[in-house]
Amino acid sequence: MQSKTSAKAKRFFALQRKYLSIPYIVFLILFIIVPILIIVYYAFTYEYVDEATNITYIKVSGQAFLNFFTEWSKINVLIVSLFIALITTVICLLIGFPLAYFLADKKVNKNAVLITLFIAPMWINFVLRTGATRDLLTWMGINGGTHPYLATIIGMVQNYLPFVILPLYTTMMKLDRSQVEAAKDLGANGVQVFFKNIIPQAVPGIVSACLMTFMPTMSSYVISDTLSEGKITLFGNYIELEFTNKAWHDGSFMALVMLILIAVTMVISQRFSKDEKKGGGSW
Amino acid sequence: MAKENCIISLQGVNKIFDGVTVVDDFNLDITKGEFVTFLGPSGCGKTTTLRMIAGFETPTSGKILLNGEDITRIPPHKRPINTVFQRYALFPYLDVYDNVAFGLKLKKIPYETTNRKGEKVTKYRHLTRDEICDQVMRALKIIDLEDLKNRDISTLSGGQQQRVAIARAIVNKPAILLLDEPLGALDLKMRKEMQLELKEMHKKLGITFIYVTHDQEEALTMSDTIVVMKSGEIQQVGTPTDIYNEPVNAYVANFIGESNIYNATMVGKLKVKFLNKVFDCVDDFPLNEKVDVVVRPEDVEMTPIKKEPKATDLVGKVATKVFKGVHYEYILMVGKSEVVAQSTKDYELDSLVSIEIAPENIQIMKKELTKNVYPEAYLDNKNRLVISDATFDVDVTQLLKGSKVDDGDYLVLGDQKYDLDDADVIAEIGLDKIEILDGYDRGNANGVIISTIYKGDHYQVMIRTDEEEDFIVDTQDTWNEGDQVSVVVKPKDISIVLKGDIKKYAVEN
Repeated sequence: MQSKTSAKAKRFFALQRKYLSIPYIVFLILFIIVPILIIVYYAFTYEYVDEATNITYIKVSGQAFLNFFTEWSKINVLIVSLFIALITTVICLLIGFPLAYFLADKKVNKNAVLITLFIAPMWINFVLRTGATRDLLTWMGINGGTHPYLATIIGMVQNYLPFVILPLYTTMMKLDRSQVEAAKDLGANGVQVFFKNIIPQAVPGIVSACLMTFMPTMSSYVISDTLSEGKITLFGNYIELEFTNKAWHDGSFMALVMLILIAVTMVISQRFSKDEKKGGGSW
Repeated sequence: MAKENCIISLQGVNKIFDGVTVVDDFNLDITKGEFVTFLGPSGCGKTTTLRMIAGFETPTSGKILLNGEDITRIPPHKRPINTVFQRYALFPYLDVYDNVAFGLKLKKIPYETTNRKGEKVTKYRHLTRDEICDQVMRALKIIDLEDLKNRDISTLSGGQQQRVAIARAIVNKPAILLLDEPLGALDLKMRKEMQLELKEMHKKLGITFIYVTHDQEEALTMSDTIVVMKSGEIQQVGTPTDIYNEPVNAYVANFIGESNIYNATMVGKLKVKFLNKVFDCVDDFPLNEKVDVVVRPEDVEMTPIKKEPKATDLVGKVATKVFKGVHYEYILMVGKSEVVAQSTKDYELDSLVSIEIAPENIQIMKKELTKNVYPEAYLDNKNRLVISDATFDVDVTQLLKGSKVDDGDYLVLGDQKYDLDDADVIAEIGLDKIEILDGYDRGNANGVIISTIYKGDHYQVMIRTDEEEDFIVDTQDTWNEGDQVSVVVKPKDISIVLKGDIKKYAVEN
């Protein structure tokens, strides 16, 4: 008797719990699944005009696919975007890694005040920040007109550096100091300890940091727009351009390409961090 | 100064962390091929000493010599010393093989070559892949893990990780292998196995092992030499048998194995008095010297009590009895003192037994006299301290922080009252806190001065009461042996500690 009622109660409770996720599921369907389906739909259809009746109709077609891969300008934008994203990520890592290592030393960063200073820019509105950077760079003589790439990359690095420092800092805080000692004990000098132990230990953090910079840099367009004064068109800019020109099908296809690129990076990064479950990044 | 064949020599090594001395004037020579164990409780400085040998810490002062060469300030990666860490510190991103190969891949070996001019020069090269493979496989064979060479570290059991850590260290053929409580994380059975294996490995490899542990049994099982440490100082260095049979002080005796330790006094040539009885002994100490006596439980001989016991026989009552497999362990009460004894014979609880201890089994140790200790003291109904028959006023509120004494002589803290009548305490009085007055009945206790020793800038006077209790006093005044005196102690100068928990003296409201 008792077990039956308790089983029933359990089932009821389980159902209750499940219901709690309904708001999110509704949100997911409305604002993520449906838009993606719409993008897919638009990506693989195209708008035609019947010349006889002059009526526009939509039909399933690979036209957007063809357009994307035959228009050099689009491929070019993709390559430039990948390039800028890559450079930004590498520079961010080069600056962020030693900094995070330095900050993770409790003697330097007492009560984590310093790390807060480095994270603080994240609290300022992104558009305002970028505007300020542009003014600052212009004042320094690096304006979008003369050095569009340099200005964009500086802006990107400035914007995404906190996203690199934070996951790296979290990993560095968890560095196993006894492993560092073990490496020294086994004959590794300072440089060797760094490359053979500290970097491998920090892999989860590095992967998180890359994900948090590489993907947003590829899709962002406010920074390049503002800082290069429109001279550099990134992938995000181009999609926006297509949509403002009402080229829904071409724009959707590019958005889909972007989605696939993001998925690919995620898969690659997971391969990297799968052995490091214990370490964990700050995802 | 260094012994012959001495591989490593620590000379006057000190380490101070933030003003706290962790290792104090550490002097030790270790012979090549020896298995040395640093034994002590946590915080005694043993790990710090090991870390100084490894190079992770620099001594505040003192020198460390390796084969006669000063290595005090050489970084760890340049020392031919490898460590097995407490929690192994394996590299989780490498598999077993690469963990073991880590040190070899970094190693450079000298080789001779002729340069273009035809001169012979010494150059350094990395080991070849085959050389590394060969050595790694040999190390894995020693620890019996060849089959697991491609496994991830996270998939290994604690014992296997332990072995990998050992292989990773010995593969580099260090001059000295340091082991920092390497078996601490293993379960008992595994630990016993590994103890024997390590010992075996030590024999086979011929490397000097320095082992750190707080487990006395581990130390006794494995070591050639044990270094017993306490608060950064070496207490005793010796073979396991020496340390067990001839501990230099009560601390070592207590730390190594179970033992009965008593306050005792030398009452004649080769005669020592403890448990209120005079025993023959084999250690010669000056007359009237205060000493510590250690008797191992297995050396206490129990016999059924004789029909007509003599007054000089030591008689104990069986208070507890625990069956230990081969033998029984008894706690015998002799008056208020406990004697731990072992016997294969079965005695009833509460029965009386006669106790004998052979002279050679009484280990007498010099006592470091820092204060008078009275382990058999108690409190009376007026909250006064009673030592033998002498009573002293004492501040009992020190037993319970924040308490006070009410009109009924109860100790009160909040709503809880405690009745301390007849409570057993250990009392301590500093040597310089006792005042001596001429003549009887002028203070807390009466006694006769039995010895005075000049200690350079003061006299150490020993006063014995009629009840054979001794008071030792540091004083500037001169007294003569045989003087009849009274002893006075201020209440605030007596510190007392309850035997057992204060809860048992709680009064029901």
